[in-house]
Amino acid sequence: MLPQKRVKNSQAQNNTSQGSNSRQTKLSAWREKQDQSDSKSISKHGQKSPVEDYEHADDQAEDTLQIAVGYFEKGPIKTSQNKGKTLEKHLKTVEDVAWKNGLAPEEIDILLNVALSGKFGNAINTRLLKCMIPATLILEDSVVKAVSWLCVGKCSGSIKVLFYRWLVAMFDFIDHKEQINLLYGFFFASLQDDALCPYVCHFLYLLTKKENVKPFRVRKLLDLQAKMGMQPHLQALLSLYKFFVPALISVSLPVRKKIYFKNSENLWKMALIAVRQRNQGPSPEPLKLMLGPANVRSLKRKCSSHSLIPVLNSNSYTEQCGKKEISLSDCLSNTGSFPLEQLQSFPQLLQNIHRLEVPSQMGSVLNNSLLLHYINCVRDESILLRLYYWLSQTLQEECVWSKVNNYDRGKEFANFLDTIIRAESFLQEGFYSCEAFLYKSIPLWDGFSCRSQFLQLVSWIPFSSFSEVKPLLLDHLAQLFFTSTIYFKCSVLHSLKELLQNWLLWLSMDIHKPMMNSPLETTLGGSMNSLSKLIDYVGWLSTIAMRLEGNSIFLLHFILDFYEKVCDIYINYDLPLVVLFPPGVFYPALLSLDTTVLNQLCYIMHRYRKNLSAAKKNELQQKAKPQFSFSSKTYEEFNHYLIAMVGCLWTSKPFEKGICIDPQILEKAGVAEYKSSLNLVHHPSLLSYAVSFLLQESPEEGTLNVSSIRGKKWNWYLDYLFSEGLQGLQLFIRSNIHRSSIPLIREHIPQQY
Amino acid sequence: MDSYDAPQSTPRQSASSRPENCFIGATPLQKRLESVRKQTPFVPTPPRRKIPQCSQLQEDVDPQKVAFLLHKQWTLYSLTPLYKFSYTHLKEYSRLLSAFIVAEKQKGLAVEVGEDFNIKVIFSTLLGMKGTQKDSEAFLVQILSKSQLPSENREGKVLWTGWFCCIFGDSLLETVSEDFTCLPLFLANGAESNTAIIGTWFEKTFDCNFSPLAINAFNLSWMAAMWTACKMDRYMAATEFLWSVPCSPQSLDISYAIHPEDAKALWDSVHKTPGEVTQEEVDLFMDCLYSHFHRHFKIHLSATRLVRVSTSVASAHTDGRIKILCHKYLIGVLAYLTELAIFQIE
Repeated sequence: MLPQKRVKNSQAQNNTSQGSNSRQTKLSAWREKQDQSDSKSISKHGQKSPVEDYEHADDQAEDTLQIAVGYFEKGPIKTSQNKGKTLEKHLKTVEDVAWKNGLAPEEIDILLNVALSGKFGNAINTRLLKCMIPATLILEDSVVKAVSWLCVGKCSGSIKVLFYRWLVAMFDFIDHKEQINLLYGFFFASLQDDALCPYVCHFLYLLTKKENVKPFRVRKLLDLQAKMGMQPHLQALLSLYKFFVPALISVSLPVRKKIYFKNSENLWKMALIAVRQRNQGPSPEPLKLMLGPANVRSLKRKCSSHSLIPVLNSNSYTEQCGKKEISLSDCLSNTGSFPLEQLQSFPQLLQNIHRLEVPSQMGSVLNNSLLLHYINCVRDESILLRLYYWLSQTLQEECVWSKVNNYDRGKEFANFLDTIIRAESFLQEGFYSCEAFLYKSIPLWDGFSCRSQFLQLVSWIPFSSFSEVKPLLLDHLAQLFFTSTIYFKCSVLHSLKELLQNWLLWLSMDIHKPMMNSPLETTLGGSMNSLSKLIDYVGWLSTIAMRLEGNSIFLLHFILDFYEKVCDIYINYDLPLVVLFPPGVFYPALLSLDTTVLNQLCYIMHRYRKNLSAAKKNELQQKAKPQFSFSSKTYEEFNHYLIAMVGCLWTSKPFEKGICIDPQILEKAGVAEYKSSLNLVHHPSLLSYAVSFLLQESPEEGTLNVSSIRGKKWNWYLDYLFSEGLQGLQLFIRSNIHRSSIPLIREHIPQQY
Repeated sequence: MDSYDAPQSTPRQSASSRPENCFIGATPLQKRLESVRKQTPFVPTPPRRKIPQCSQLQEDVDPQKVAFLLHKQWTLYSLTPLYKFSYTHLKEYSRLLSAFIVAEKQKGLAVEVGEDFNIKVIFSTLLGMKGTQKDSEAFLVQILSKSQLPSENREGKVLWTGWFCCIFGDSLLETVSEDFTCLPLFLANGAESNTAIIGTWFEKTFDCNFSPLAINAFNLSWMAAMWTACKMDRYMAATEFLWSVPCSPQSLDISYAIHPEDAKALWDSVHKTPGEVTQEEVDLFMDCLYSHFHRHFKIHLSATRLVRVSTSVASAHTDGRIKILCHKYLIGVLAYLTELAIFQIE
């Protein structure tokens, strides 16, 4: 709203004579001010705030600014005696306001005209130009008018240079550029001026569009290059031209050349920051500006980066080839394709997805999340094939362990793999090239180089039949697994857990939509079979690893993490599968010395129970078409474990059902009184809790008798355990054991199926 | 995502019916993936192969061009399919490539495409250089220097040559769509810096990827057997093997030359299936050579590394260099190399 008001003011100034006008404008401004403060005072209940005072001062500055602008517009008054003084005063006013708040578009329009028209001296013009700082934006029209002054020959060379520097610096704040672009030829002609050339180059670099690139201009630039030698600014413009029309020009830039232009913005650095901050405010207009071409430059600068992954470039060459044949319809319909380099945001992607130019080298999408979105939904096979081939061959060639002399490039390769893994986790989908790479290279892998990357790639293997993956990958991995340290074992188990999770997600998505784009002709039964084989395989690995590592608790944590995923498949992923852990995992966990392990085991058993009950319920409901009924063996197995657990922890009757140990053996071992030694009180991982509990209960008692925890105390003890954070245990007991409020009942029977 | 509107209640049934129609809807990528999984990674080679025969198609090849390809040392590369390559634009390509080369050589200077440079790039097809009609047409790229003096031969000297071919590349062809041109085998002769520049141009222009193609000892013994098996009217060179013993300070090379007719006689004694070579025969052939050598020198060659094989048909080095000597078996040699290149790509 404010700028409009100012327009009125300046018009008023134009219409009346200088002398009386000042008072009038002041008055009108005062009146409007009055209106504003009226409305404000209503809202603020008449309280005069310091803000208003400040605004008042601001307002006065604005008024003097109006006078100053008027003064400059009028031109120097020759007769005036203290001409220098007045001029200085007004100039100072303009400078102050400009650097503090920026100038309104209309003020810039007037002052820019003044500065370039040569009404004042060179020094004044320079100072004026330097303070052409917009409050928000600059009107395109002002620029066009200013450019017209350049032709008249009234301004000196230094002013012209300054003007171009100003244009470059303020380019992003000019509201439109269509009219300016029409003057392209004029700017281009200015390249001939040696002094102007670098600045004009920079300006053209910002201004050039594809249609501006013409053979005759290319030739002219090449002539200039021949005359002036290898100039960075010319190189920049030429490479931009090449970028738009590669068939016209060939240019290759020296590696590590990053800066083409001297920084023209230096003069206005602080002011530019201020303007940008102002523009990022809530007003909608400047926001649009920021999304505009402001960010384009950084992308173009990437030209000379050096990496395995190709730089993003539009597919402009093949474009050119096609154009020769079918250009007319293209021209008429005006459906130009959208250059990749302009793609900055997701909304842009959505708007232009139908006319997006695909990159000339598909590998470049790895670094660009927007394009990853694009290839994720695109149906064009050739795009995927291009990526597939590039990635396959690059992985194979760069792989550090398959070639002896590649080892010094380990870091680079690891970074490359990291990029791929980032892309895979972004897409939540593995690349088939990586799968093939794993199969080909695992026989040669030492288990050490790029270990974390390698194992992460394993977890992104796309879902496939387990019997195919096993001989190609897992058998090799198992060899390394058994012969490596416990840390390696844990990492492998972790990545297999991730693999299982990815497969589960994939299947749970896939089952609920038609199987059109599933890469393998698998039935649901086949898929479930594959999954259960994978889980069994990990169970086998875990059992042996537990033996090899002497029932390490550390390892057991990783194994149980895996089963925490497994036990919830039916409910969490809606897949008809429940696979239990092998005894080699269950018993070490049950008899573990570590409370967290026991707690986690309880939690897993609790979840198994939930999943199995849900499955049972569904089965009963859908009697008509039982698609997947679990074999009774699964239930039996679960009950078996459950009885063993309850027998140990709760009823103090271990080893009666479930696992059976001949009492004679126990006697020989000197543990005649074994029955209660694994219950919640005496269990080696819980004994310390029992002791703390007793100490808390009766701190003064000299001797502690943990066997005294029974009856009512047993229940208190349970509550104590739960309060200590053993949530898994709590859930397990709640769901499996009916705790009656009457104490002394320890012979609860676990629910069975 | 799918516009395909299947009843939501029966996905499981549709899933189970998939195996029958999976071949109808199989896209190139899916075929590719299936072939990836089916491959056993360490044994790229089928247990039996045909002995190279003189190809009918080869008769069409310009004999001058064939002569040009023979007796030259070529460095081998595997090349992924070229995207949007067109045989009708070869002229255009030579214009662009020559400008690219000039620009690369004088880094930093831009050059106009189509300007007159002191080098010339020629693209030309090698008609008939294929195994089956389906194979893509092979083509040759040459860089010539233009002499400054008009009095001298205007054509100038050949600075660099490279050619692209595909001989019996069916397995690769099946898995790509028509936007791609499959020429998995690339052979280059000339300065490596030139190969790098030209490779970069192709990679940028056709979104493909070059990778050096090494030949391991396993494949070298296959070559030795297959090439020994070839009927020759006249032997031009001895059959020679080179083994390398990794020891310090310098590796030890063992060269083993046999009269070609003796080699052929040995082969005939181990060879059973007419027209074919099998893995057992290859192993047996090499074992015979090893035991003969061991009898005389008490060195187990099987414990060393085979690095080079040369016969009258061709010679190959483990670094991926090849020289083809015999016109008659050109296609046969290239067919095996194509197979190796395709294996590397997949």
